[in-house]
Amino acid sequence: MTDYNFAYLDEQTKRMIRRAILKGLAIPGYQVPFASREMPMPYGWGTGGVQVSAATLTPDDTFKVIDQGADDTTNAVSIRQFFEKTADVETTTETSEATVIQTRHRIPEEPLSEDQILVYQVPIPEPLRFLEPRETETRKMHALEEYGLMHVKLYEDISRHGHIATAYAYPVKVEGRYVMDPSPIPKFDNPKMEMAAIQLFGAGREQRIYALPPYTKVVSLDFEDHPFDPSKAPHPCGLCGAEHSYLDEVITDDQGGRMFVCSDTDYCEKRRAAGHVGTLTQEAAA
Amino acid sequence: MQTNALEGGFAQPAQQSALAFRAIMDVLARPGQIKDLSGAIPPLPLSIAAGTALLTLCDTDTGVYLAGDADCAAVREWIAFHIGAPLVGPSHADFAVGTWAALVPISAYPIGTAEYPDRSTTLIVETDALEAAGSKGATLTGPGIQQTAQMHLPEVAVFQHNHALFPLGLDFFFTSGSRIAALPRSTEVR
Repeated sequence: MTDYNFAYLDEQTKRMIRRAILKGLAIPGYQVPFASREMPMPYGWGTGGVQVSAATLTPDDTFKVIDQGADDTTNAVSIRQFFEKTADVETTTETSEATVIQTRHRIPEEPLSEDQILVYQVPIPEPLRFLEPRETETRKMHALEEYGLMHVKLYEDISRHGHIATAYAYPVKVEGRYVMDPSPIPKFDNPKMEMAAIQLFGAGREQRIYALPPYTKVVSLDFEDHPFDPSKAPHPCGLCGAEHSYLDEVITDDQGGRMFVCSDTDYCEKRRAAGHVGTLTQEAAA
Repeated sequence: MQTNALEGGFAQPAQQSALAFRAIMDVLARPGQIKDLSGAIPPLPLSIAAGTALLTLCDTDTGVYLAGDADCAAVREWIAFHIGAPLVGPSHADFAVGTWAALVPISAYPIGTAEYPDRSTTLIVETDALEAAGSKGATLTGPGIQQTAQMHLPEVAVFQHNHALFPLGLDFFFTSGSRIAALPRSTEVR
C-alpha cells in the first residue's frame, strides 16, 4: 500500500497542525484552534490524537498506542495498524522502545525519557465546558484568568461528598496560568505530567490542540485543607503483585468475584517476565 | 548557493518536512537547545535552516515578512515557487525572517490577543553563529528547561519584555547555517 501520502494527511494539513503544535508548546496549556479533518474513523475514536501523531511521526519513529493502558484493545490495535499502513513506521508495545506514544486516558507507568513524545486523545479539551457551555464565555474566562468557577465546583464536591470526588480528568493549572484538562486520565496519573517527554494533546471533534513542553509545572487544583490526593484502589495487582501501579477492577463472575490488575499491560507483562507474581497467579499455579 | 528559483526545495516533501518539523518542535520545546535543520537549499542570504523552517511551516495560509536583505528578488521568487506564501508587512506577518538588526523593532509585530494569544508572529532570526553558550550567554528558565539553560541572545531586555507579556508575545527561532535554536515567549530570560 503506497497510495497514501506519508502518514495519511496531505502536506498542507500537516503544516497547519504543526503550526498549531508549535503555538501550543509556546503557550503551555492554551488550547489552539485548528482545522480538524475528517479521518477514516469516527469522532470519539481518537481522531485528534491521530492527526497530531500524523503531523509528528517521521519514518524513523517507533510507534506505540495504548487505550486505557492496554496495547491490545480495539482502539489501540486499529490506530497502530493505521500508521503501520500509512506511515510505514515500526510499532511496538514496549514503552521504553517507543519514540512516539499515542494514548487514550493513561500515562504509562514507566517514566518517559527526553527522546519520547506522548500524544493524548482528548474528548472535551475545555475544562470549564461543563460549568459554562458557551465557548465565547469560556474563552473570556481563560483570557481573564477567571477560574473561580472551577474552585467552586471542587468545593461543592467537598461539601457534598466530604472529599473532591473528581477521579479522572482532574483539572490542572499549567505554569501558574492556564487551567487545563489533562484528558480523562485518572487523577493517579496527574503527578506524572511533569515529565521529561513532550506532551501533545489533540481533540479532533472539538478542533483544539494543546501541549506541554518537558518539565512544565503542572499543579492539580486543590485546597490547603483538602490537598490533592492521587488515589488508587487499595490493592496490589493480582497478576504481578505491583503495589504502586494504577489498577483496573475486573468482575470475574456473578458471585461478586473480582480482581484488580495493572491497567498498563506492558508494565504488568514486564514485571511478570521478571518473576514478580501476584496472589492470583500463585493460586492458579497451586 | 543556487540561483534558480525552481531548485532547492525538498526532494521528498513528506519525509523531509516530517524530520524538519521534529527538529523545530524539539528546539521550541527545549529553549536553548541547538539542533541541525537542513533539507532545503534557499537562495542567499537565507540560511539553510531558515529556508528549511519556512518550507516546513509556511504555505499559502501564512503571511511572511522578509526583513532587510532577505527581501530580495531571489528569495521572493523562491518563496513564490516553493511555498506560495503571501509576502506581507510586519503588522500582518505570521512569520518574519531576517537578521536581528533588520527585524527590530519587535513592537511592529502582532503579539496576539488575550482571547487568542496564538495570533502572533514567529520570528526567524538569522545569526552569524549559533553555538552552545556555556556560562557566557543569558540564563533561561521556564517550560522545557529542567533547571536552567544558556543561550547567546542579541540583547536581553527585549526578550524580558516579551516574556512579561505572557501569554501574549512573540516566539523566536535563531538560525545559522544548518543549525536552529528557539526562544518561546514562555521562557524567562536573565
